[in-house]
Amino acid sequence: MALAENNSEGRRKAPLELWIRTTFLTLGSIIVTMLGLMFVTFIIGRVMPIDPVLAIVGEQASKSTYDAAYEQLGLDRPIIVQFAYYVWDVIHGDFGKSLLTARPVSQDIARVFPATLELASIGVFAGIVLGVPLGVVAAVKRGSWIDQVARVIALVGYSMPIFWLGLMGLLIFYGILGWVGGPGRVGIFYVDIVPSVTGMILVDSILDRNWLVFKDALSHIVLPASLLGYYSLAYISRMTRSFMLEQLSAEYITTARVKGMSESAVIWRHAFKNIRVQLITVIALSYANLLEGSVLTEIIFSWPGIGSYITTALLSADMNAVMGGTVVVGLIFILLNIFSDLLYKFFDPRAK
Amino acid sequence: MVDIQTWRAWLLTDTPTSRRHAKLSTLYQGWLSFRGNTMAMVGLWILTLLVLTAFAAPLLAPHDPFAQDLANRLQPLWSDGHAFGTDSLGRDILSRLIYGSRITLYIVALVALIAPISGLLVGTVAGYVGGWTDQVLMRITDIFLAFPRLVLALAFVAALGAGIENAVLAISLTAWPPYARIARAETLTIRSSDYISAIQLQGAGAMRIITKHIWPLCISSLIVRVTLDMAGIILAAAGLGFLGLGAQPPSPEWGAMISEGRRFILDHWWVATMPGMAIFTVSLAFNLLGDGLRDVLDPKDSEK
Repeated sequence: MALAENNSEGRRKAPLELWIRTTFLTLGSIIVTMLGLMFVTFIIGRVMPIDPVLAIVGEQASKSTYDAAYEQLGLDRPIIVQFAYYVWDVIHGDFGKSLLTARPVSQDIARVFPATLELASIGVFAGIVLGVPLGVVAAVKRGSWIDQVARVIALVGYSMPIFWLGLMGLLIFYGILGWVGGPGRVGIFYVDIVPSVTGMILVDSILDRNWLVFKDALSHIVLPASLLGYYSLAYISRMTRSFMLEQLSAEYITTARVKGMSESAVIWRHAFKNIRVQLITVIALSYANLLEGSVLTEIIFSWPGIGSYITTALLSADMNAVMGGTVVVGLIFILLNIFSDLLYKFFDPRAK
Repeated sequence: MVDIQTWRAWLLTDTPTSRRHAKLSTLYQGWLSFRGNTMAMVGLWILTLLVLTAFAAPLLAPHDPFAQDLANRLQPLWSDGHAFGTDSLGRDILSRLIYGSRITLYIVALVALIAPISGLLVGTVAGYVGGWTDQVLMRITDIFLAFPRLVLALAFVAALGAGIENAVLAISLTAWPPYARIARAETLTIRSSDYISAIQLQGAGAMRIITKHIWPLCISSLIVRVTLDMAGIILAAAGLGFLGLGAQPPSPEWGAMISEGRRFILDHWWVATMPGMAIFTVSLAFNLLGDGLRDVLDPKDSEK
C-alpha cells in the first residue's frame, strides 16, 4: 500500500484530484481482491468434509463437551458473522491453531516460509542470470542454433511435470552420481546446529561462520533450486526473446543502425533499455509462479517450506493450517502482481 | 469419382461462389499453412495416436491393467511379456499407461469444455453489458486470477473430496479467468464496431448480438488459448494425482503412478519414469500443436 502512495507521488504533474482518485481506486480494488480471496478460502474451509469440533474433542466426547466446543468455535453464529470474525482475526495475524503441530498457524508459517523464500529466490536469480542473456541472444541471432536451443529449453520447460523432473534429478545426481545432497535442507548431522536468525539456512550458516553447515546446505539446495531455476529460465528467456524481437523490428533501431551505431550499442543501449520495465514485471510474475511451483518441488525434496506445510495439513485435515497457508500464499501472489503493475505504471511514460 | 485436382482448385479459388465455399476455402488454406509446420504436425500425430490408443485400449493392452501378480513384482524393462516392466503389485506398466491415456483425455476434454465456455460467458456479458455488471464480474475474475492456481485447486479438492470429477472442477475453477479476460477484451473492440451498431438499429437484442455476432469472433483466439493451456491442464491433473488428490488407486492415472513409483525410485527407476515420459510426450504434443495453431489462426501474435 505504501507502494501505491509512492506511485502517485511520481505523478505530481497530473492534477491532484486525479491521482487521489487513482490511489483510492487502486487501494479499493486491492482491498476487494483480498477480501474475495479470504472469502473463497473461508468458504472452502467451511465446506470441508471434516468436523472441526470432532477434530478437537475427539470421537468419544459427550454431547455437552461437543456443544461447548461448538459454541467456543463460534460455529453457532450466522456464516457472515463468522466471516467477519475470521477477517478480523486474519488482519491481526491470527489464523487459529494448527491441529497437527498444536501451535498457532501464524508461528508455523513464519517458521516454514523462509525455507520456501530461500529456494524460490535462488531459483529466480538463476532464471534471470541465465534467461535474460539467452533471450536477448536468441532474439538477435534469430533462427541460429542458439535460438533453437532456447526454443527447446522453453518447450521442454512448459511440457515437463516439475515433480517428475525433480525425481529424475534425484535419481541421477543423488542416487547414481552422488554429486548432491539428498532430500531435506541439511544432512541429519547438521540439523539445528546453527542458530536460526533469518530462517534461511544458507544465510544463517554464513552469519554463524559455520562453513561445514553452509557447504552441506548448499549441496542440498542445489538440485531443487536448479529445478525451479530451469522453469523460470524457460519463462524468462521466452518473454525476453519476444520483447526484444518487438523492439528490434521498430524503426528507431533502423535509424540507429543507419547512423552507424555499433551493433552492441544498438542492442544494449537502445533495444534492451526499452524492455527493462516489461522484464521486471515478468520477473515479478515468475517469482510468484515459483512460490506456487515450489509446492510440488518441496514434496519431492522433503523441503520443509510452505508448500509441504499446506499439503501435509491438507492430507491430515488440518483446516486452520490449510486456510492460513492458502491466504498467505494468495496475499503474496496478489502483492507481487500489484507490485509489477505499479512498477509498470511508474516507469512506463506511456502508461501515465 | 471426382478428380482431386478439381477439388483443390475449387478450395483454393479466389472467387468463392457461396458463404460455405468461402469458409471451406479459408479452412483449407489454413490447413495448408498448418501442414507446412513440421513441429505442429508432429504434435498432431502424437495426439491422434493418443486418441486412437485411448479408444483401442482393450485391444492394445497386453495385460489387464488391474491384474496383480505379486510373484512378478518390480520386473525390469523388456522382461518377459512386460515391455515396460511391472510395478510394486506386479501390474503391467505398459497396459496401465495405455488405459491411463483414457483418464488423461477425459480430464483434458472436460476442462477444455468447461473453462473456456464459462470464461466466454462471463467475458462477453461483462464486455457487452458494461457498467456495474462489468465491474462485478471482472472483480470476481480478478479474485480467481489472484489465486495461485495449484494452491486453489488443492484447497478446492480438499473441500470437495479427492477424485477425478472434483479434480476436473478444481482445475476448471482455476482455468477460466484468463478466458474471461480475453473474451472481454475482444468484446470491447467488437462492440464499438459499425456492424454491431447496424444490427442494433435493426432491433437485435443483446442475447442475439452476443451469441450470434460476438461469440463467433471470439472463438479463434479462445481455441489457440485452449490448445496452449492443455499442456498446463495435463500437468495440473498429474500434479493433483501425484499428491493423491486426483484419480484414486487403483486407477492407472499417470500422476498417481509416478507417486506410487516414487518409493522405489532409487532401485526400480522405471516404475516412476515411464508414466512421466507419457505425461511429457502428451503435453509437449499439445504445446507444439498450440504453437502451430497460433501461427495459423492468430497471425498477429505469432513469433514469426
